Amino acid sequence: MAPVLEVSGLTTVFHTRGGIVRAVQDVSFSVEAGETLAIVGESGCGKTMTALSLMRLIPSPPGQITAGMVKVAGTDLLALDEASMRRMRGSQIAMIFQEPMTALNPLLTVGRQIAEMVSLHENVSRRAANARAVEMLHHVRIPAPERRAREYPHQMSGGMRQRAMIAMALACKPKVLIADEPTTALDVTIQAQVLDLIGDLRKELGTAVVLITHDLGVVAETADRMIVMYAGRKVEEGRTKDLFADPCHPYLQGLLASVPRFGGGEGERLREIPGIVPPLNDLPKGCAFAPRCQSAIGRCRDEVPPLEPKRPGHAAACWVT
Amino acid sequence: MTMLLDVTDLRKTFPARTGLFGNVIDRVHAVDGISFSIAEGRTLGLVGESGCGKSTVGRAILRLIEPSSGAIRFQGNDITKLPPAELRALRRRMQIVFQDPYSSLNPRKRAGDIVAEPLMVHGIAKAAERREIVAALFAKVGLQPRQMGLFPHQFSGGQRQRISIARALSLGPRFIVADEPVSALDVSVQAQVINLLMDLQAQEGLSYLFISHNLAVVEHVSHDVAVMYLGRIVEHTDKASIFARPLHPYTQALMAAVPVPDPSIRRDKKHVMGDVPSPINRPPGCHFHPRCPLAQPRCRTEEPVLREVQPGHRVACHLV
Repeated sequence: MAPVLEVSGLTTVFHTRGGIVRAVQDVSFSVEAGETLAIVGESGCGKTMTALSLMRLIPSPPGQITAGMVKVAGTDLLALDEASMRRMRGSQIAMIFQEPMTALNPLLTVGRQIAEMVSLHENVSRRAANARAVEMLHHVRIPAPERRAREYPHQMSGGMRQRAMIAMALACKPKVLIADEPTTALDVTIQAQVLDLIGDLRKELGTAVVLITHDLGVVAETADRMIVMYAGRKVEEGRTKDLFADPCHPYLQGLLASVPRFGGGEGERLREIPGIVPPLNDLPKGCAFAPRCQSAIGRCRDEVPPLEPKRPGHAAACWVT
Repeated sequence: MTMLLDVTDLRKTFPARTGLFGNVIDRVHAVDGISFSIAEGRTLGLVGESGCGKSTVGRAILRLIEPSSGAIRFQGNDITKLPPAELRALRRRMQIVFQDPYSSLNPRKRAGDIVAEPLMVHGIAKAAERREIVAALFAKVGLQPRQMGLFPHQFSGGQRQRISIARALSLGPRFIVADEPVSALDVSVQAQVINLLMDLQAQEGLSYLFISHNLAVVEHVSHDVAVMYLGRIVEHTDKASIFARPLHPYTQALMAAVPVPDPSIRRDKKHVMGDVPSPINRPPGCHFHPRCPLAQPRCRTEEPVLREVQPGHRVACHLV
């Protein structure tokens, strides 16, 4: 099957007083219809900047996408003018955010916001748009959708608002949904509900999902494939099962070992990754992970390792493994 | 085992206000009659979702907010009745580490001064001596003493949390309330801070009340675990029992909802429905009944009491 989203060589920089911040460097991946790809990494690794670059929502200036291609169903988004791009957002590629309270308009009812989205992209009457809004709220399992459509965001709970945002994002049946930490602000029982919902809708609508998260538990439970980012670069990629079973990059090995687990050892020490993520305006010369890496050799400090296949369908950027 | 901290029937209500003039319309029962104790050198993990009252418990124990009623005995003294001067002396023995290392450190003060401040407030040691104490504290929490002159923004999140811990340790406490101490940190850094807290406990015999929504972290650090729902403890026992065989339907739901970082055991789980109700408008009977898959008519009318169903295992559920 041909992928619906194809990203290649995506590079995004920010021009700041502190120098050039290399937020995303040469990132490539593709996602098929109905598939979930997780982008995993810690804060500052460039995962959100990758998402915003796909949507062309990088504030510019200071930000700038300097290279790459983002193809949705064959159209290169980076080559479009702003008016055409606006038509793509929502209808072809949509995004949901971590904190729905800041992403929804507090002055408009939830139903109105969803209807607005529909009438922006489709030539339908106001009544039909409103009806679609109610239908979408029903679709995301919000009880009493007619009544909820007339409510404002502040009248809803956090979980309900996140559902409403998903309803808005999917109202025009986009081919690609980008979910940036969609459950990080939610309680764990509500998180489980929202993840179930995203999974169900993906199956029903055949949407390709790009899930951005720092939570390895969420990745393990929802993603078919994953990419691991570190300091703006993709350092490992493959099927979720394979990466968890046999991580190649020392960074992913360290991450997996540092997560406390249910039924884990009795008061055992967690494995630490020493040090911190390097600032993106002052990256080391070779592999960005080398200063924190226990396996680093001389070459790691001089040359950036290329991403190469290490096992079938499993690639990593590391000189050592 | 001697109990360092003994909390009995702690309650805290807040007025719920509305409108322009802030008329009190109701009371929020943030903490509704909870009791527990913590022994020397032990950790009680207090788990629950947002709004369950777990942070209010932590603050009320230190009297950072005044409890509405109940007794808090620390080393045998009921601190709810202490006059301010004696309370201040006791505060040297009980400290708190907050969740957000960005907002809990004064951005205009140097890290060394932040850690030295409790010493100054309590009039401990002269300036030169204080510097030495602070340098030792920096080393103890894994910071470089030469970083004492830096400001908080020059540290990473994990390092800032180390500063908070050094500040909490400066007066030689016996007991620390750790309120979501690693929730704002990345996993690799989270492990560093968890290890530090556990090392300090081993070295100094500290007791912790470890407040968190993250069950895996709580399992890792705690000896005992209490689960809160809407202001009450619904289950309380030792770590091994609660994780091996949770008895309260809410505890079970909470554990089933935690995503497990292992794709080979991806399960088809039934997740608990609905939202946590507002603490202003709590459901009658068992507060959990509207979301409980096992609820009986009795659960809707009659409040279950927290009772010992097995030695050392307390549960508040009619069905257990």
